Amino acid sequence: MSQFLEISGLCARIDADGQEKQILRGVDLSIPSGEVHVIMGPNGSGKSTLSYVLAGREDYEVTAGTATFHGQDLLAMEPEERAAAGLFLAFQSPIELPGVNNANFLRTAVNAVRRARGQEELDAVAFLKMAREAAKALSMAPDMLKRNVNVGFSGGEKKRNEVLQMTLLQPTFAILDETDSGLDVDALRIVAEGVNRLRAPTFSALVITHHQKLLDYLVPDRIHVMARGRIILSGGPELARQIDQEGYTKFLAEVA
Amino acid sequence: MAGHDRAKWAKVAYPPIDYQDAHYYAAPRKKPGPKSLDEVDPELLRTYEKLGIPLHEQALLAGVEVPEGERMPVAVDAVFDSVSVATTFRKTLEEAGVIFCPISEAVKEHPDLVRKYLGTVVPAGDNFFSALNSAVFTDGSFVYVPKGVRCPMELSTYFRINAKNTGQFERTLIVVEEGASVSYLEGCTAPMRDENQLHAAVVELVAMDDASIKYSTVQNWYPGDENGRGGIYNFVTKRGACRGARSKISWTQVETGSAITWKYPSCILQGEGSVGEFYSVAVTNNHQQADTGTKMIHLGRNTRSTIIAKTISAGRSDSTYRGLVRVQPKASGARNFTQCDSLLIGDQCGAHTVPYIESRNMNARIEHEATTSKISEDQLFYCRQRGLSEEDAVGLIVNGFCRDVLKELPMEFAVEAQKLLQISLEGSVG
Repeated sequence: MSQFLEISGLCARIDADGQEKQILRGVDLSIPSGEVHVIMGPNGSGKSTLSYVLAGREDYEVTAGTATFHGQDLLAMEPEERAAAGLFLAFQSPIELPGVNNANFLRTAVNAVRRARGQEELDAVAFLKMAREAAKALSMAPDMLKRNVNVGFSGGEKKRNEVLQMTLLQPTFAILDETDSGLDVDALRIVAEGVNRLRAPTFSALVITHHQKLLDYLVPDRIHVMARGRIILSGGPELARQIDQEGYTKFLAEVA
Repeated sequence: MAGHDRAKWAKVAYPPIDYQDAHYYAAPRKKPGPKSLDEVDPELLRTYEKLGIPLHEQALLAGVEVPEGERMPVAVDAVFDSVSVATTFRKTLEEAGVIFCPISEAVKEHPDLVRKYLGTVVPAGDNFFSALNSAVFTDGSFVYVPKGVRCPMELSTYFRINAKNTGQFERTLIVVEEGASVSYLEGCTAPMRDENQLHAAVVELVAMDDASIKYSTVQNWYPGDENGRGGIYNFVTKRGACRGARSKISWTQVETGSAITWKYPSCILQGEGSVGEFYSVAVTNNHQQADTGTKMIHLGRNTRSTIIAKTISAGRSDSTYRGLVRVQPKASGARNFTQCDSLLIGDQCGAHTVPYIESRNMNARIEHEATTSKISEDQLFYCRQRGLSEEDAVGLIVNGFCRDVLKELPMEFAVEAQKLLQISLEGSVG
């Protein structure tokens, strides 16, 4: 049986102000079903780019390599097809949609993926009940469903809103791009619990973070260190603690 | 005559119209009034279906009794080509003293009222198209709400152009007496057509002391094909007079159709403390052109006006907001707030905002805000990552952009308008 998520030799570049910039330089990564993997690494090493490329953002051009998800060629799929297939990206900076009611957005999204997955669509009443419960579990104020998507949300509210969307969309693979950044300790715990509730043998996650704190709650299976567009080192949870104490310099020097 | 029709300041372009070649009157074959839905012309029903009129409203057309529902009943005066063929709920309205009938009938039944008000808000010589309309109009709607009466239902007219080469010259007159109120809905569509068609309607509203008129339009006439062939020319003059103190006139429009739209629903704020409102969404796609906006003429003291205009341009279309806010010397304490937002989809369309502000009173306060934005790649990607197709994402973002206007529409109309916005922008991205 093929791996759950298999990335091999992935290279990608972006056209930045007319100049092509190579960001991913051969990423190899495989994540089995049911595992939580972490990517750490210095700023600018390509962590967010990897998450965008996996989610299908069109600004990035994949120049080499493959990525398969549930045995499907992930890179050939449209972003919405990847979402329907079970991929979710919690954005580092969630996007504001002025005038778009949060509950309406969530329901449209949930029903879009349900339709694509051959499930029955939810009516407004059933959806709202589900959304309210999920929001409550994340200690979100009830009015956040009525507000416009991410407009005027604090940093912490935006991150919780991402986790709320993830909860409702029921992905099998979630990428969390610095979902812990800018959160106070209580919010961090709530967000981590939200992720932990999804954990199951059929659910995997790729967590991008700089901080050990989140990992105390999440208890990851593998840690990967990314630098200059490649995974340079992989190890168990102890690797994250080591980085937390010693920084990246030592590891970077070793591979240089 | 040729050459005089062009409003040279409008940012629209079209070949000269041969007015001698236009048909000024075309009546569908007369049939006796329908007694049940089965007796209604199936062609008419099909049209209503396309327009998205709920079945129970279609039944209303045939005079079928419906059980009391949650929804406010809607009376429909259908203008089918140039002659109104069905008017419903006449009885309930009659009991309330409200007159709602084809203007051709009003001329015969209520000549004094028509004579008193017709042409007083939009004089025949106001502009080229109002002159044309005044000379040749054959039908339209007439509404009269007597003193103190709150019209018991929303009044609705669905227009349709279905005869080949028929110019439509509708005339609408709405008079609301002291302390009375009415909400009027106007929705339009037209089937596919190859040749350009002219539509030059005139709408006049009169509001007396403490009266209120809410006039909502969803306009979806044939915009021409994607190469800009065919489509309706919509050259309309709409104006309301707030004659009485504390009277209020509110225009809400969602304009998605027509090859060329040229209209400026306006308010003359004469009565002390009277209020004018204009909420507009104008969508242009492919080769459509729209030059639309409003005029708020402040004559009386402490008059107030609000303008919220949302313009969405896609394809190779061009859209202009053109608005006049004028405060006359006696309008002390007049206030206006204007907000114009433009949203661009793609890189071949245009959006323009042309505000004219004239204040002759030192105490007036006029505010104007304007923004221009594009649907960002970030927003599209965010929506698509959540499972929405690109077109659904555009629809959602556009509806969000228009929310301040759409919320002014009556509930049923708002739903229809949301669908319309999405349909109008189909194929505009990707």
